Amino acid sequence: MAGLTVAVRGLTKRFGERTVLRDLDLDIAPGEFVALLGRSGSGKSTLLKVLAGLDTDTTGSATVDGQVSVAFQQPRLLPWRRVWRNVVLGLHPVVGRDAALAALAEVRLVDHADAWPRTLSGGEAQRVSLARALVREPDLLLLDEPFGALDALTRLAMHRLVETLWQRHKPAVLLVTHDVDEALLLADRVLVLDDGRIGSEYVLTHPRPRELSDHIDIRARVLRDLGVTDRATA
Amino acid sequence: MSVSALGAPARAESPPSPVPAKRNRRKPPDLRRWISPLAIVVLWQLACATGLLPPDKLSSPWTVLRSGVDLARSGELGDAFVVSTTRVGIGFLIGAAVGLGLGVVAGLSRWGNHLVDPPVQMLRTLPFLGLIPLFILWFGIGEEPKIALVALGVAFPLYLNVHAGIRGVDSQLVEATTALGFTRAERLFHVVLPSALPSTLVGLRQSLGVAWLSLIVGEQVNASSGLGYLINNAREFLRTDVIVVGLVVYAALGLATDAIVRLVERRALRWRG
Repeated sequence: MAGLTVAVRGLTKRFGERTVLRDLDLDIAPGEFVALLGRSGSGKSTLLKVLAGLDTDTTGSATVDGQVSVAFQQPRLLPWRRVWRNVVLGLHPVVGRDAALAALAEVRLVDHADAWPRTLSGGEAQRVSLARALVREPDLLLLDEPFGALDALTRLAMHRLVETLWQRHKPAVLLVTHDVDEALLLADRVLVLDDGRIGSEYVLTHPRPRELSDHIDIRARVLRDLGVTDRATA
Repeated sequence: MSVSALGAPARAESPPSPVPAKRNRRKPPDLRRWISPLAIVVLWQLACATGLLPPDKLSSPWTVLRSGVDLARSGELGDAFVVSTTRVGIGFLIGAAVGLGLGVVAGLSRWGNHLVDPPVQMLRTLPFLGLIPLFILWFGIGEEPKIALVALGVAFPLYLNVHAGIRGVDSQLVEATTALGFTRAERLFHVVLPSALPSTLVGLRQSLGVAWLSLIVGEQVNASSGLGYLINNAREFLRTDVIVVGLVVYAALGLATDAIVRLVERRALRWRG
């Protein structure tokens, strides 16, 4: 498995009687941007938790080569720590304010370094959460529906920001989402999770930055995989 | 997602807004709120001066003030103050140690919760001031039953709030910090305990209120020193002025400790704004 950032082999996860992940295989190359789609309850977030090391009660193997960072749907900042301290949370004290400020600069929030998290808007808090993930210089960045709780305009801005940061740092990314358009805008490869394993896979070749119409053919097929037949989208 | 938003230039959702200025300093006190309390004191004084209120029922505010000064000068009030404050202090320390300790044990460990919580919840329903007869039998009539009563009153509110605070920690934060590589101890000190702090401070304020109440009740029982003794002794001689002085000191002590905790709250919970 040399050269892969993520190598999952025969991964199975059960919650009691229910099998959520079934003998699942997944490879992610270094620097590759993978989007994982699936209906709710299809095990997307479970897979992400396994890769984040938050769920070890599984069978099969899931190996990640290098540093992992996670950004969740909610920013999950400690409310009693100022913004910059949240960014370097859990890092060695030597990695101090300067590192935090550099990461905050990348998400354009240096001015808020000394603010309390409660004073941030939803989008700002989510950017702090991104800065916290990036400051660890991850080889694998796990994004668990990180834009799901944001309004549509903020979400568009966040798409561009994530794209820029990914191009600059080139971590492998696994983006878990239920938004087909988001996946088609950002990813190199789109996976659809179905019945506990990767049901279908689409490689996206259109150069970035993309527009929604760039992968219109694949979009229809992905929607069909997800069981959506009319034009209604997420 | 609307199609018209296609190709919208990437922009932050808002220009960086300055950190909101600290909440306005407290408003200047509205003097109108002083009218009725002052009027009551004036009426009280008038009622006493005209003989409507005889001094063996209630002394005039002026007499109370003079007696207060006299008691303070003679050192009687100071001695009583020290004795009573010591009782509350020792009782509070014991009760707080027990309440905090049990709350942390029951909050952090599953077995601790199973073993500690049921008996504490059962004992909590006892009207603890009703335990005085037992305490007298157990501890006699010296300092011990008074201190024990304070300690008991203090322990329960602290236990309940610490326990609830620790149990109420946001599991999402725990998960996020686990993903960030926090050890168990780091999670305890950086996530669990800080998130339990607000309710712990609420518990502390309740505890201090109960502590003074327990003291007052405890000091009605056979005290030979302290504020309660001062008051009971004054009753023998129909000295309502001294009784009122004692009550005012009790009230001032309660207010003072409450103000201290509020100050601590404002410092420690700045992040809540």
